[in-house]
Amino acid sequence: MEHLDISENGLPAHAKRRVMGADMRPQSPKGSRVPDAKIQSTQDWADHILRIRTKDQAAFKELFAHFAPRVKGFLIKSGADEALAEECTQEVMATIWRKAEMFDPSRAAVSTWIYTIARNRKIDMLRKRRRPEPEDLPWGPEAEPDAEDTFSMQQETQRLGEAIRALPEKQRQLVEKAYFGDLSHSEIAEETGLPLGTIKSRIRLALDRLRHQMK
Amino acid sequence: MSDIKHHLTDQLLMAYSAGTLPEAFDLIVAAHLSMCDACRAAAESFDATGGALIDDLASADLSDDSFAATMRLIEDAPMLTAPKPRKKGVLPAPVQDFVGGDLESVKWRSIGMGVKQAIIPTEKDATARLLYIPAGCAVPDHGHRGTELTLVLQGAFQDETDHFGPGDIEVADEDLFHTPVADIGEDCICLAATDAPLRFRSLLPRLAQPFLRI
Repeated sequence: MEHLDISENGLPAHAKRRVMGADMRPQSPKGSRVPDAKIQSTQDWADHILRIRTKDQAAFKELFAHFAPRVKGFLIKSGADEALAEECTQEVMATIWRKAEMFDPSRAAVSTWIYTIARNRKIDMLRKRRRPEPEDLPWGPEAEPDAEDTFSMQQETQRLGEAIRALPEKQRQLVEKAYFGDLSHSEIAEETGLPLGTIKSRIRLALDRLRHQMK
Repeated sequence: MSDIKHHLTDQLLMAYSAGTLPEAFDLIVAAHLSMCDACRAAAESFDATGGALIDDLASADLSDDSFAATMRLIEDAPMLTAPKPRKKGVLPAPVQDFVGGDLESVKWRSIGMGVKQAIIPTEKDATARLLYIPAGCAVPDHGHRGTELTLVLQGAFQDETDHFGPGDIEVADEDLFHTPVADIGEDCICLAATDAPLRFRSLLPRLAQPFLRI
C-alpha cells in the first residue's frame, strides 16, 4: 500500500502516517497548533481520538473546546432547554472519551462520529428506548484500519464539508433545516445537491473490508 | 447480500440520519442497513453531512465547570468496547433487540388465511410488525394510509409491482393497492412499518379486518 499518490492532496507523507494507531508518536508540535479549531483538519481530529485512547487529557481538552459548544448548540436547536442541553452535552463528550476505542478512522471522520453520538443522545431524550442502530460491524486491534483507507476517508469528509460550505446559500439552508429544523423531508433529499458520491464509495470500500475480515 | 434490488430512498436515509423518523421507521431502516451495505454507505454519507453541518454550527456557551463535570463523568465510568456480534438469526440485530431474541421469541397471532403477525411495541407515531406468510399464500389485497415499508427477512414475495427477496425493502405510498404473494419454496417473513393514522390502532387487536385496512 505504498503507491498512494498523495501529492495531489497537497499533504506531506507524514500526515498519512500520523493516523496509524501503531505509529502514534507524539510528534504533533502542540505549541504551533492554532487554537482556533476551524483551522483543524479532519485528519487532526482523528489524531486526537487516537491520543484520547491513551487517556491523553490534553487532546481531549482541545477536542472538547471545539466540539462541546457545537454539540450544545445542536441540542438547543433540537429543542432542549439550556440545562438539559448542558447535561446532555457533558454526557455526549464523556461518551466520546469512553468510546474512543470504537472509533474507526477508516470509516468515518470525527465530526461524523460525534454527530451520530449527539443525534442518538437527542433521540434518547425524547424516547424511552435507545434508538435502533444497524448491526455493528466489529473491528478491533487485530483489524487495525488501513492507513491509506483512513487517510482517504478523512480527506473525502473534509472535501464534503468544503463542498457543503460552497453550496448556494438557499440550498445550504435547506440541508441545515433538514437536519436541525422541523422541515419535512419530502422534497429536500432531491433538491439539496449534496455531493455524496465519492464519500459513499469510500465508505462502501471500508464496509467491504470489514465484511471480508469477518469471514 | 449483494442480491438486494430494492433499496431505501434518499429521503428516508436522510431522515434516518437526521433522527426525525418515527421509532418504527428507525427500526426497519436499521434492519435494512444491517443487511444492505449500499444503503449503509449512503446512510453514513448522510451522517457525514450531519457532521459537516455540526462542525459549522454556531457554538452555544458552556457552563463554567462543563469540562470538569465531564471529566467527573468519565472518572466514574468504564471505557466502552464494541458489543460482541450476535449469533446470526433470521431477525437482524436491531429487530432482535426489540423482540428480545430471534424467531423463537416472537409471539405470533393469526390474522387469517394462514398469515400471522406480531406487533413490535414502539412509540405510537408509527407501527412495526412482523409478518409470517406461509409459502404460496397471499396477504389479502390491501391499501395503505400513509407510507408502508416492507422488508423481507426470509423467503420472498411477489406483488403487482415486482418480486422482493431477502433484504429487499418495498416503499409503498398510499396510492399502492397490492396483494403480496409468498414464493412457493419457503415461508416468507417480513418486517413492516406503517405510519397509518392512529385511529386504526385501537382496532388492531381484532383479527383480520383492521389488518386489511392498514
